[in-house]
Amino acid sequence: MFSTASTTPEKLLQMLSALLLFAAVLGVVLFFASRVRGKRSDNLVGYLYLLPVVLLLAVGLVYPGLRTIYESFFDAQGNAFIGVDNYKTILTDGDQLTVLGNTIVWVLIVPVVATAVGLIYAILVDKSRFESFAKALIFLPMAISMVAAGVIWKFMYEYRVDQPNVKQIGLINQILVWFGGKPVQLLITDTGKLNTLLLIVVFIWIQAGFAMTILSAAIKAIPDEIVEAARLDGVSPWSMFVKITLPSVRTTIVVVLTTLAIGTLKVFDVVRTMTGGNFKTSVIANEFYSQLIRADNQGLAAALAVVLFILVIPIIVYNIRQVRQEA
Amino acid sequence: MTVTPLTTTPEVTPVQLSAAAVAKKRLSSPWASLAAIVIAVLWTLPTFGLLLSSFRPELDIKRTGWWTFFTDPQVTLDNYRAVFDSDSVNLGTYFVNSLMICIPSVLIPLSLAALAAYAFAWINFRGKNILFVAVFALQIVPLQVTLIPLLTIFAKVGIAGTFWPLWLAHSTFALPLAIYLLHNFIKEIPAGLIEAARVDGAGHVSIFFRVMLPLLTPALAAFGIFQFLWVWNDLLVALVFAGGGDTVAPITLQLANLTGTRGTAWHLLASGTFVSIIVPVTVFLLLQRYFVRGLLAGSVKG
Amino acid sequence: MFGHSGSSRSRVALAGALGVGLVFGLAACGGDKDGDSSGSTDSAASSIDCAQFSQFGELKGKTVSVYTGIVTPEDAPHKKSYEPFEKCTGVTVKYEGDKSFETQILVRARAGNPPDLAFVPQPGLLQQLVATGKAVAAPKEVADNTDKWFGKDWKAYGTVDGKFYAAPLGANVKSLVWYSPAEFKDKGYTVPTTLDELKALSDKIAATGSKPWCAGIGSGDATGWPVTDWVEDFMLRLNGVDAYDKWVKHEAPFNSPEDIAAWDAVGSYLKNDKYVNGGLGDVKSIASTTFQDAGLQILEGTCSLHRQASFYAANFPEGTDISENGQIYAFYLPGKDATTKPVLGGGEFVLAFADRPEVKAFQYFLSTDTWANLKAKSSSGWVSANKGLKIENLTNPIDALSAKILQDPNAQFRFDGSDQMPAAVGSNAFWRQATAWITGQDTQTTVNNIEAAWPKK
Repeated sequence: MFSTASTTPEKLLQMLSALLLFAAVLGVVLFFASRVRGKRSDNLVGYLYLLPVVLLLAVGLVYPGLRTIYESFFDAQGNAFIGVDNYKTILTDGDQLTVLGNTIVWVLIVPVVATAVGLIYAILVDKSRFESFAKALIFLPMAISMVAAGVIWKFMYEYRVDQPNVKQIGLINQILVWFGGKPVQLLITDTGKLNTLLLIVVFIWIQAGFAMTILSAAIKAIPDEIVEAARLDGVSPWSMFVKITLPSVRTTIVVVLTTLAIGTLKVFDVVRTMTGGNFKTSVIANEFYSQLIRADNQGLAAALAVVLFILVIPIIVYNIRQVRQEA
Repeated sequence: MTVTPLTTTPEVTPVQLSAAAVAKKRLSSPWASLAAIVIAVLWTLPTFGLLLSSFRPELDIKRTGWWTFFTDPQVTLDNYRAVFDSDSVNLGTYFVNSLMICIPSVLIPLSLAALAAYAFAWINFRGKNILFVAVFALQIVPLQVTLIPLLTIFAKVGIAGTFWPLWLAHSTFALPLAIYLLHNFIKEIPAGLIEAARVDGAGHVSIFFRVMLPLLTPALAAFGIFQFLWVWNDLLVALVFAGGGDTVAPITLQLANLTGTRGTAWHLLASGTFVSIIVPVTVFLLLQRYFVRGLLAGSVKG
Repeated sequence: MFGHSGSSRSRVALAGALGVGLVFGLAACGGDKDGDSSGSTDSAASSIDCAQFSQFGELKGKTVSVYTGIVTPEDAPHKKSYEPFEKCTGVTVKYEGDKSFETQILVRARAGNPPDLAFVPQPGLLQQLVATGKAVAAPKEVADNTDKWFGKDWKAYGTVDGKFYAAPLGANVKSLVWYSPAEFKDKGYTVPTTLDELKALSDKIAATGSKPWCAGIGSGDATGWPVTDWVEDFMLRLNGVDAYDKWVKHEAPFNSPEDIAAWDAVGSYLKNDKYVNGGLGDVKSIASTTFQDAGLQILEGTCSLHRQASFYAANFPEGTDISENGQIYAFYLPGKDATTKPVLGGGEFVLAFADRPEVKAFQYFLSTDTWANLKAKSSSGWVSANKGLKIENLTNPIDALSAKILQDPNAQFRFDGSDQMPAAVGSNAFWRQATAWITGQDTQTTVNNIEAAWPKK
């Protein structure tokens, strides 16, 4: 069961037995949980429900996370303690500052724009005849792997020289040419962070589907009476949106923004596949990968990961306050 | 749209016309439609370009833009034939692997997260809030830092090179977000329902199964699709835990290898991409109806 | 992680039973495969001497796993060349090709999950892998073969801290300039034999109004590496092999005058608006063009010269006539004068992480002249520095040219320098700074930045 399966039936069998094993584990947890009685039962049942999760997370995320924090105070090979030198590098080195700046641009733009597009689109297509088809179109990019997305956007951004016999194969440059302009080497132009913004477009393109789907569900759950009442009051469409729709889906928007912000902080494959982090487009998660894998600098990589932790703290704090307010 | 599972609650009644629909109707309709169409076109255009490319001959792809297709339509199925050629690319095997990886990697975290989210929302146990914040915060641990420690463990246990590391890793990595999203949904379920069941003497196990699970189904389906997509499209975890052989590696890995050791094979990537999109899109279309009434996460309180 | 599965004993028993079943299934499957291949490889097997493997004992039914960055389509001739060995010994070679090999092999080695054998394309990476403590030294049989069939310099690249680990496998010649013999004939250009002649030729072509050179350094997350090859080639040519060796070992700083001279010499080609970028745009377009696409401009007639390694042959479309008088061919990037012949090149090394007899036997096989010739016959775009490799077995004229350059007694072969430098430089700073240099950064800043990235001891 734990050995290599090489034919399809073997693989299937292995998968089924794994699922059975998992079901058995769950069964045991639930069995014990159902036996618990008495005053302390809530405590015990709570811990039992969380037991598998805590075990997996402790081994899979907490332990590596703590190790990373520890390693961030050591040198490239993890041999010598060097204090906060790695953090100094991140905060003083010119390249690293660009990386930090880019990450902040990403995390400010992506969640907001993706959520806005998702929300507007969800409202626009709501109840329309082609709703499910229309939604599938925006959802489609989510179904595409980054490797594939890289190819897709190559055919948007690609540059070909402006010469008589050479044709553009990137759509954007073709449009520029059609309108009498000259093709631009889009991905290596960092004036006004153009290339970073172009990469951000790709990520928004992928993530808007997530925002749209979740927000659409929330919109559909707004109780009818509220809407009816507002309508009887003769509320204008705009104030309907501002006074009814927005407040009703506010918590959902927070959830979506949070999820997207965290996802954006971790973004790495978009940058990796499209520019490799060159031309001043690198972000922390990509730089982390470069330092860990390419440059073999464990210490700096670890420190970069810790900076990611730190950047997410405001998001966590905000969410905790949300939870408190609701409670 | 009828929110079936929630009709049991007095607070939420079947919605006939949503607020958004009303708002939209009042917004001058032609503009709204135009805006929707513009967004839809912008979002679909890049993929559409690749779709056309996947049917174009290799040299044409390299030399002219895909829109040339409209003035000079050259169609070939060679790119698709090539990716299914069992001697070289052999996407079929990897396709099976992707399925084998995905199914447990969706079911396991989903059921664990449902239990945990329920516990966080409706069971009063000590340290609940701290634990919840901790789980939430774990979302930020970059997967990359976990890879070597985990692979070391897998190698020691002797399951490296099988599907197990992928299942366990994907399940673990999915938990923080899954718990966060499901918790947001679960806590909106009217407390009255749970109180009523408790008064009837039901324990947490039976409340979970009899009351929660039916209400949760749509949310689970929704998160299930997301998780399915993320796992299906994952490359990083697969790179580390599956390696490059065809026994375990998923389709994304083979797609990444498609470009050849030193060549560019846009034509193969184009067709390979569409083969790999089929499953996620089908899953989305099939489960969309759950989706729509699904993630009510954070909707107005009942 | 499976601790709590023990709570359900019957399940575990079932799991065990299933596991056993799967193992049997696997074994049976392996057997089938042997049976299948026996028919097709009879001729191949009979062409090699099976007795040479008897020293490793009975190996039937054993498996050797190989992990490499060589993927489709170059993997097919590799697998094919193993068949005689598999037939002789009954060993199954499990070939795992992965484009991300260079990053993943380190992860796997560090985690204690390495393959039996890895084909390592960089001496620098080889050192990192040995440093993990998981690699094992080459067996005596392999060391003997290496002494017999390879030059001392090649053996040295597979040696870490005086201990010989890895025998060379394939090789490539990087000091090549691709051109079109047809075009040269038409326009009366001649193949240059010195650097001055190369410059003169470039000027001559530029005077006709077309850009002589085309270049591309795009390569995903390895973008920039083609520039490092240029710099190394000019380092060798302008400053000689001794200065090159010092530079690679960082006994001379990266921002030394010699180094700057080499960069500026490269700049006189790559950052020269009159010379580049034929058919592709301005100087900056070098950064946005993938290295695979750049040289194809020669076929388009928009570019005449493209400096790239011998493996570039694989990038031309099928059916391109690559030969001395055909559409495409390459010439040796000349030395400073016609007598010195520095050759920049690369290659892979076979590093073992296990010392089971079947692994040793396969390592031994790969280090023989028998294998080199088998592989040569079955592939195109491949050479080896194996002295037993018969040039007539190489089907592709470019491979024959490479082999001739490698076997030239006057040649001074040097391995790609960036491949030997510490990762922080060789596969990070050097690439990135070179990319920034192409897009406008000046030479002094570039070399200073690379010098600063050198790990402090």
